[in-house]
Amino acid sequence: MNKAKKEVIVVGGGLAGLSCTMKLAEQGFFVKLISVTKVKRSHSVCAQGGINAAVNIKGEDDSPLIHAYDTIKGGDFLADQPPIVEMCMTAPKIIMMMDRFGCTFNRTKEGNIDFRRFGGTFYNRTAFCGASTGQQLLYALDEQVRRYEVKGLVEKFETHEFMRLILDENKIARGIVVQDLMTLNLSIMKADAVVIATGGPGLVFRKSTNSTFCTGAANGRLYMQGMKYANPEFIQIHPTAIPGSDKLRLMSESIRGEGGRVWVYGDSSKKIRTPDGREIPCGKTNEPWFFLEELYPAIGNLVPRDIGAREVLRVCEMGLGVDGKNQVYLDVTHLPQAVHQKLESVLEIYEKFTGEDPRKVPMRIFPAVHYSMGGGWVDWPAADDKDRWSRYRHMTNLEGCFNIGESDYQYHGANRLGANSLLSCIYSGLLAGCEIPRYLENLTAGHQESKGMIFDEALKMEVEFKKDLFSRNGKENVFKLHEEMSDYLVSNVTVKRTNKELAKTIDFIKEIRERYQNISLADHGSILNQTYVFANQFKYMTELALTMTKGALLRDEFRGSHYKPEFPNRDDEKFLKKTIATYSKEEPIISYEPVDIRHLKPIKRDYSKAGKVQAHLENIPENIKLPI
Amino acid sequence: MQFTLKIYRGTHKKQYFEEFEFELKPGDNVISCLMEIQKNPVNKKGEKVEPVAWEQGCLEEVCGSCSMLVNGKPRQACTAIIERIIKETGSNTITLAPFSKFPLMRDLVVDRTKLFNDLKRVSAWIDSDGTFIEGFGPKISQEKQETMYVLSTCMSCACCSESCPQVNKDSDYVGPAPISQARLFNENPTGKIQAPSRLRSLMTKGGIAECGNAQNCVQVCPKQIPLTESIAAIGRDVTMEATKEFFGSKERD
Repeated sequence: MNKAKKEVIVVGGGLAGLSCTMKLAEQGFFVKLISVTKVKRSHSVCAQGGINAAVNIKGEDDSPLIHAYDTIKGGDFLADQPPIVEMCMTAPKIIMMMDRFGCTFNRTKEGNIDFRRFGGTFYNRTAFCGASTGQQLLYALDEQVRRYEVKGLVEKFETHEFMRLILDENKIARGIVVQDLMTLNLSIMKADAVVIATGGPGLVFRKSTNSTFCTGAANGRLYMQGMKYANPEFIQIHPTAIPGSDKLRLMSESIRGEGGRVWVYGDSSKKIRTPDGREIPCGKTNEPWFFLEELYPAIGNLVPRDIGAREVLRVCEMGLGVDGKNQVYLDVTHLPQAVHQKLESVLEIYEKFTGEDPRKVPMRIFPAVHYSMGGGWVDWPAADDKDRWSRYRHMTNLEGCFNIGESDYQYHGANRLGANSLLSCIYSGLLAGCEIPRYLENLTAGHQESKGMIFDEALKMEVEFKKDLFSRNGKENVFKLHEEMSDYLVSNVTVKRTNKELAKTIDFIKEIRERYQNISLADHGSILNQTYVFANQFKYMTELALTMTKGALLRDEFRGSHYKPEFPNRDDEKFLKKTIATYSKEEPIISYEPVDIRHLKPIKRDYSKAGKVQAHLENIPENIKLPI
Repeated sequence: MQFTLKIYRGTHKKQYFEEFEFELKPGDNVISCLMEIQKNPVNKKGEKVEPVAWEQGCLEEVCGSCSMLVNGKPRQACTAIIERIIKETGSNTITLAPFSKFPLMRDLVVDRTKLFNDLKRVSAWIDSDGTFIEGFGPKISQEKQETMYVLSTCMSCACCSESCPQVNKDSDYVGPAPISQARLFNENPTGKIQAPSRLRSLMTKGGIAECGNAQNCVQVCPKQIPLTESIAAIGRDVTMEATKEFFGSKERD
């Protein structure tokens, strides 16, 4: 292989970006790692509860295929199945790898890695580091990448932002335009493969459990450049977060995994419908009513997140919220001190922000925007597909541009299971790290042969947009526009959706987009001008908001996180298909693609009775080659 | 009730105080106030000004971004709850300032790259054989895991460096956090293999000998990492290592 061809750009330094960088550097590739922050501060640090892997050390007969079954069912059959199967098969190896990198997993008495229970499953399958698992996994990978940095194989460009993909005349990726966030300087960076690992778009909703870096702008930019954006309407709402004015702080699912219970005071004069259609009273008046346990006797408080969020909202809408407000109790006061210790870092967060001690007083929580199952469309040829080796896993429809981690759309379908995100991030990063060398090998010409014009033109477009933003002189404030748009989205495009409100929301986003032309920046400087940086990102956030809303409007069914009371059932006949949004000036063009269901035919997604099942997946290929 | 944020802002050699006034809302913290300024960038005198620049990320004290001086104390701004600070100080003016031991970028933002470079100096990683090996790492006792987990929650926020009198522009001192990271990897059964080289990296200029035992670091650490314990442990090991080297012993455990 030509040495000059061995250069790759990775954008984003969370778990996905770092595992990809590490895998590439290990094979001798030179990686330029771009991040809007020090990679060690990436949003992966916020993941609390754990990472799933069917290592089966608790005598439960767990297996990677049962893990795959749970994941397929948890995603309400909207996810392609071959990627899930291979991810779950790789999961135990990922845990072992992270263990060898020194990740501080909790231990059993014998010194083995311990596993806990999590939502949407009946097995103890979740490895964890206290209640800051994401942080610990990220640090372990950050450390490995720092090693490669010292060896000269990785060069970091921190506080730099991806602005545009550079495509040559054959629509092949040849580099990116990047902006230094300290000086606002725009420049060109060349390479023959670009990996996008920029996380989710939580900030589109302004207040979410996401870090403030998670604007989704990189995906928005690519979408406007022609990248297909898939399943945008599937936004996970986490059932348990602390309400706040700047952020909704996550209270980990591990709290329930360790025995935490959700309740409100009952009111026997009110009736609620159970999943199997019975009408039951809402507990006993003035006594704690553990509604999840009563509605879902088999799985109880560990229902998947979409179900948990809907039930919390339903109970609050019936006027049963604590103090009549939109909040319910999440209670760990009955748990022993040893369990409190395992949850220390989240309980501490609660105490720091509310001033109340959750060991003594039940926590007050409410659902919050948490994760985007949707993201950049990526190809994923299965192991036994005839054209497996002429296609590339995790490559977007823009040739040479890959997408991994939360910013891609694979693995989770219509709802993600808790503790599967850390897994999908590391797995997709490793996988892209295996596919890219083959892509570069097969590439006939390198970027050195590309015409200088393509780079100059890309840079010029960004320079002009920057000029345009600085010259705008209207009366609107971009931060206020953000607040208005996000309030609208939170009301209409989260837990419960109606076609009437969704249609109104599309008009409203378009109105915001118009008013955005009339902003003026309160800061015209060139040093660390955060107002300009956000104003630039906001353009792309409005476009992503349109994909989410229109995707939701056109999907007339109830599937996973997408709930429309007007259409209360999953409709496999019409909607067992993935949404594809393609950019168009007025509003997104929505089309659909079939879901790959070769391993498990759709069944009813029921958590009210079923316990452990004999999961049977068909057509598992024999020639699967895992990335580690 | 109204309160004031008095912010030391500007760029190198052009710093000045500017005040902003707010109506107190329950749950307000320093960051939510800075966000309000973005929406309405008007100072206490009623003048239109540029919004204040600051660093932020997770807003739940786990990423280390939003370090600054709040009433002179290095801490994370996201957990600086306004109501509590007013109660503690009895004053409804809160002062914000950037860290003083790192190059100033603008307003409340400084460049903390030095801290990350010092992690390279002490080889703060496991020298793994990469992704091709199979199998778990060595078994680890619950006690050991607890010790290592606490050390490993260091988010490189640099509060310890800011509070340390030995960290200043005339010194190369790595500061408490990298020393504590050296301890973390020396504690790890695999990391221990490289312990001697980590210890040697702390024997030279800017190393452990520069600690003046002021013990400020352990008081300001937002993660309650036992930094002074780490410094003492590494101090002992450095002495042992130096002695071994002096006597030419090859035996290293």
